[in-house]
Amino acid sequence: MKPEELMYAKTHEWAHVAPGAGGAKVATVGISAFAVEALTDLVYLDLPAIGRQVTAGESFGEVESVKAVSDIYAPVSGEVIEVNADLPEHLEWLSEDPYDKGWVARIRLTSEAELKQLSDFATYQRQCEEEQH
Amino acid sequence: MSAELLNTPLHDWHAAHGGRMVEFGGWSMPVQYGSIVDEHRATRTAVGLFDISHMGRLRFDGPGAMPFLDSLLTRRVDNLAEGRIRYSLMTNDAGGVLDDVLVYRLAEPDGTPYYMLVVNAGNRLKIVDWIMARSEVGGRRSDAGETPLSFRKGPVEGERWRVPTTSTLLSNLLHLTDTKIEFDDSSQLDGVKMTDLTLSHGMIAVQGPAALKVMQPLVNVELTAMKYYSAAHGRIGETSGLVSRTGYTGEDGVELIVPAAELVGTWEHILAAGQTAGAVAVGLGARDTLRLEAAMPLYGHELTEEISPYQAGLDFAVDLDDAGLDARQFPGRDALAAIRNQPDLPRRVGLECASGRVPREGCPVLAGGVQVGHVTSGTFSPTLDCPIAMAYVAPQASAVGNEVIVDIRGKPQAARVVQLPFYTRPQR
Repeated sequence: MKPEELMYAKTHEWAHVAPGAGGAKVATVGISAFAVEALTDLVYLDLPAIGRQVTAGESFGEVESVKAVSDIYAPVSGEVIEVNADLPEHLEWLSEDPYDKGWVARIRLTSEAELKQLSDFATYQRQCEEEQH
Repeated sequence: MSAELLNTPLHDWHAAHGGRMVEFGGWSMPVQYGSIVDEHRATRTAVGLFDISHMGRLRFDGPGAMPFLDSLLTRRVDNLAEGRIRYSLMTNDAGGVLDDVLVYRLAEPDGTPYYMLVVNAGNRLKIVDWIMARSEVGGRRSDAGETPLSFRKGPVEGERWRVPTTSTLLSNLLHLTDTKIEFDDSSQLDGVKMTDLTLSHGMIAVQGPAALKVMQPLVNVELTAMKYYSAAHGRIGETSGLVSRTGYTGEDGVELIVPAAELVGTWEHILAAGQTAGAVAVGLGARDTLRLEAAMPLYGHELTEEISPYQAGLDFAVDLDDAGLDARQFPGRDALAAIRNQPDLPRRVGLECASGRVPREGCPVLAGGVQVGHVTSGTFSPTLDCPIAMAYVAPQASAVGNEVIVDIRGKPQAARVVQLPFYTRPQR
């Protein structure tokens, strides 16, 4: 997936929304390249449980680097229907390919209206530039 | 970044070379330039350069310098030979650790002896304060037939001298450079002059298996002939300064003290000279993982005013059995003698996890369902490729091989008590 086509939470998670089985929309979510670069030296990832109901902004996973641990916040509300089970053993995917192989989870949306809270790529880029200073 | 933070002479160099600047001990310091793991591995396999200018450097001159330091430190200073360095502690009256320090015995080219203390950055002003307070009461037992020394404090060489009390610590931060603080007893025989060299000088650590090879062509002292924990004045690149065989990484290497104005040039000179050997700049992040693997305590974590040296496993750093027992008294001595053989205090141990999350400072340690201690430092060990930690645990849970549980943010993780250090450098 191209980073320009994704939506972003202020907490540095990305989401890509597409129609899923049965008509409900499904968001594939992950961690932005900017966040992975800021963390550096990833050593541990905790995935959410399949079937878990999450609310946008809720911590539903953890990513840990040598120096600190960070929450992963759900960028959308819904049910976790799939996780990237191989990712904890391949943390390098998060830095090498954060928008494809490095996806974290798929969430079946309960509210499409919430997507308006997310930023487009240009807005997110500005946020990252500000955070660097 | 707060305007009150101090900058080392290399601050702009760090910023220009991708250093992520963070606050540490009142200083703005680089935590990493790129990957902490890469910087760690470079130090274990080649050479790492560390800006350690934030460490406090206090110089003591005068005929009273040795007895004065002897009355402050947990290890004897009187039998320290010229050019030698000793790891020591400063303890409060209860035997709690105020700081861990290195004491250097040095000499001017004309042979005049002087001493230096290298103290932790975050403790520098506390230690200066403590030294000033001790100078008023003296450091010898009155029952040893000595009159307690009564130091007179006054301005020196026209410089205005201020008492760095707690309330004025912050305002003094920027004025403390090269402040000369002189204590003299009324007989003028036991004069001690303390000079804070922290801001007028900078300090670089060069650490790793190739450190001596990289440094030898740049200095006019024979590094391999120098004993570990010794120091010598000499030429360093284009300048001159103090070379010591010391470090905080578990690797062989040197530490250099040069005038602040020469620090950037010296740093770049060493980096260029070490390029083919793989020398890289290393930030505080890897300094922490390196010292943790080597099980070296870090003040504020494994050492605090509430922890005794015996709990920390630093028995070697306390001399209670000196010959001429009555001749030496230091703060906390009586308290340390009393708790020395107390078996029931929590003690410092190493913990290793097979995999999973990293135990962090403050995580509870449990055994048999009850809390037996807490983690003081934890990280992911790049060398061992697993999470490691140091913790204080009750004696009954402290045996090597003992299985414990670390509560990491509400989730239990298995860990095992292991022998410290986690890492010992291979004999080359």
